[in-house]
Amino acid sequence: MPVFRGHILVCGGTGCASSGSQEVQKAFHEELEKRNLDKEILVVQTGCHGMCEMGPIVVIYPEGTFYCRVQASDVTEIVQEHLVKGRPVPRLLYTAPEDASKVPFYKDIPFYGKQRRIALKNCGYINPDNIEEYIARGGYEGFGKALTGMTPAQVIDEVKTSGLRGRGGGGFPTGLKWSFAAKSPGPKKYVICNADEGDPGAFMDRSLIEGDPHSIIEGMMLGAYAIGADEGYIYCRAEYPLAIERLKTAIAQAEDFGLMGTDILGTGFNFTLHIKEGAGAFVCGEETALMGSIEGRRGMPMPRPPFPAVHGLWGKPTNINNVETWANVAQIIVNGGAWYASMGTEKSKGTKVFALTGKVKHTGLVEVPMGITLREIIFDIGGGILNDKKFKAVQIGGPSGGCLTEAHLDLPVSYESLTGAGAIMGSGGMVVMDEDNCMVDVAKFFLEFTQRESCGKCVPCREGTKHMLLLLEKITSGRGTMEDLTTLEQLADMVKEMSLCGLGQTAPNPVLTTLRYFRDEYEAHIRDKRCPSHACTALLRYEIDPDKCKRCGLCAKNCPVNCISGSRQEPYRIDQEKCIRCGTCFQKCPFGAIRKS
Amino acid sequence: MTNKIRTLDDLRRIREASTDLTSARSKGRASIIVGMGTCGIAAGAREVMSAALRELEKRNIHDVSLTATGCIGMCEKEPLVDVIVPGMGRITYGLVTPEDMAAIVAEHVVNGHVVERLVIGRAD
Repeated sequence: MPVFRGHILVCGGTGCASSGSQEVQKAFHEELEKRNLDKEILVVQTGCHGMCEMGPIVVIYPEGTFYCRVQASDVTEIVQEHLVKGRPVPRLLYTAPEDASKVPFYKDIPFYGKQRRIALKNCGYINPDNIEEYIARGGYEGFGKALTGMTPAQVIDEVKTSGLRGRGGGGFPTGLKWSFAAKSPGPKKYVICNADEGDPGAFMDRSLIEGDPHSIIEGMMLGAYAIGADEGYIYCRAEYPLAIERLKTAIAQAEDFGLMGTDILGTGFNFTLHIKEGAGAFVCGEETALMGSIEGRRGMPMPRPPFPAVHGLWGKPTNINNVETWANVAQIIVNGGAWYASMGTEKSKGTKVFALTGKVKHTGLVEVPMGITLREIIFDIGGGILNDKKFKAVQIGGPSGGCLTEAHLDLPVSYESLTGAGAIMGSGGMVVMDEDNCMVDVAKFFLEFTQRESCGKCVPCREGTKHMLLLLEKITSGRGTMEDLTTLEQLADMVKEMSLCGLGQTAPNPVLTTLRYFRDEYEAHIRDKRCPSHACTALLRYEIDPDKCKRCGLCAKNCPVNCISGSRQEPYRIDQEKCIRCGTCFQKCPFGAIRKS
Repeated sequence: MTNKIRTLDDLRRIREASTDLTSARSKGRASIIVGMGTCGIAAGAREVMSAALRELEKRNIHDVSLTATGCIGMCEKEPLVDVIVPGMGRITYGLVTPEDMAAIVAEHVVNGHVVERLVIGRAD
């Protein structure tokens, strides 16, 4: 086997790919070949490193030098300076936001300092298209260990000991769930991986599949062995073409290596795995709707019981878990349940992956031990609020979650603590908001999403979310009454209590939590016809300060509806009747003469 | 296909064989650092680097890191090569030829004997 003195790891996750990592990789190949270094230095495409906002990310080993926002035009310099002359390229290194110092090495970047990467262990470190790199890092060891030396019951016990709970948001104990499916009689059973990640702002499942597809496959095979299934489905949304591509490659490689198929490792255990592409309905993330969709029916939830463990896919006992849950299983079997249970809080064990987005300096994917505080996630790992504005709220758990405030920043993150505060763990979306975000508008945004995605089967969800949305639209346009607030609360409670599935049961959460923590903002919209954050356009008013106006006419020239008039002699003014509050004049005025109120 | 895994031992054998795939992504048990400033390159550091690679490859050594570094200021002694083996400090060799490099890998990195005739500096 040839020795390479250096490895260039280029991130091939969707985030970095969209900012040009494929061109960067190509440029490295060309440059190395040109300089006759292609036999000395290896270029590897990896999965996501998590710090997507700094992408495309390139890490050079053995030093572990971390380069940010690398473009194809930077490649010649990196090869010439770093690889030939041994000098890092300072301008591409990570810059610490506190003191603008350069941080050359991966391991010293604060974004990674507080993380504990278990599910993400291999993401950004191995080539996801190469099963041997996965095996080199201990992959399929857990599967081999279980298959040759553990009974299915022992596997379930180990998962029970670990305290692992459903990472898709439900938080149901995984080992217990497996034991139900294991107890269900029948020769034919299924395991399913729920990769229908639909929450706005969430991308943990996508990154996990793209960066380490074999860990999910290994977890599923362990689950299949534990419950007695021989067939599995990965339900992945079609909007994730790269994830699907990587899964197909991974499955083909596992089959080639004899790790999937019949009589695996000579034990008589058989397993086949299929990919089912979802067509984009959010409700298909609900397990009964998901199974309906695999069976070729319209994706609509069914009342439970019967639970899938008894009556699942095609009426057979089925165990469904989310991508991240499956990704943890193999390491639990290798290292033991007690190892996993040593991390986290009393009832929430292990780690959780969060997708950190919104008004935070370092957006990206982070894996942290349960029990860490929101402040540590947002300020220490995320680097604080963008442009050093004031933190206002964080929406946790996607459209089904809730908004938490500054008062909750020191809350240790666990299933119980988040539910207690009115949010949910959900799949792990975390959208950070600053003082410019109007909380009524935020609630409206998430409700618009759930309302549109409601499948329409049950009345509370179909009609309830629609009328809640109408009320929010009324309030944000300044036509709301105090009575509307009471109606909104009543409706929200009703939808929450009476909906058939998780979509409806959690859809009111953003409204309920913003009403609970930001009621004054709702009241300002209603009583004063004013949006305190200047975000609701219908309540905005742009005015030109005649004293500051230099009569340059830039505002009038750029106004798309020609509602600004004036001349060299007299200050410009805005015709409020015609103004559409687009904000163009506000952005264009070089003298700050235009006021928002 | 040759890589068919039929038993747990097969899996472990592939794991063993594959560790080399990613071993360059860790620091390694020892490091060889070749001075590759303009002075080093002019004095033939490029060939020294290649010789080090060839020697490691010949001996099937995958857990030693081999990196380049810039000029350290002693240009008349280039090519300069630093070798760090834990417990033996940092040894700097000067005026290294490709043949010397092969000897350094064999003697110092593999057998743990410093090649005294080439040493120009030591540090802990």
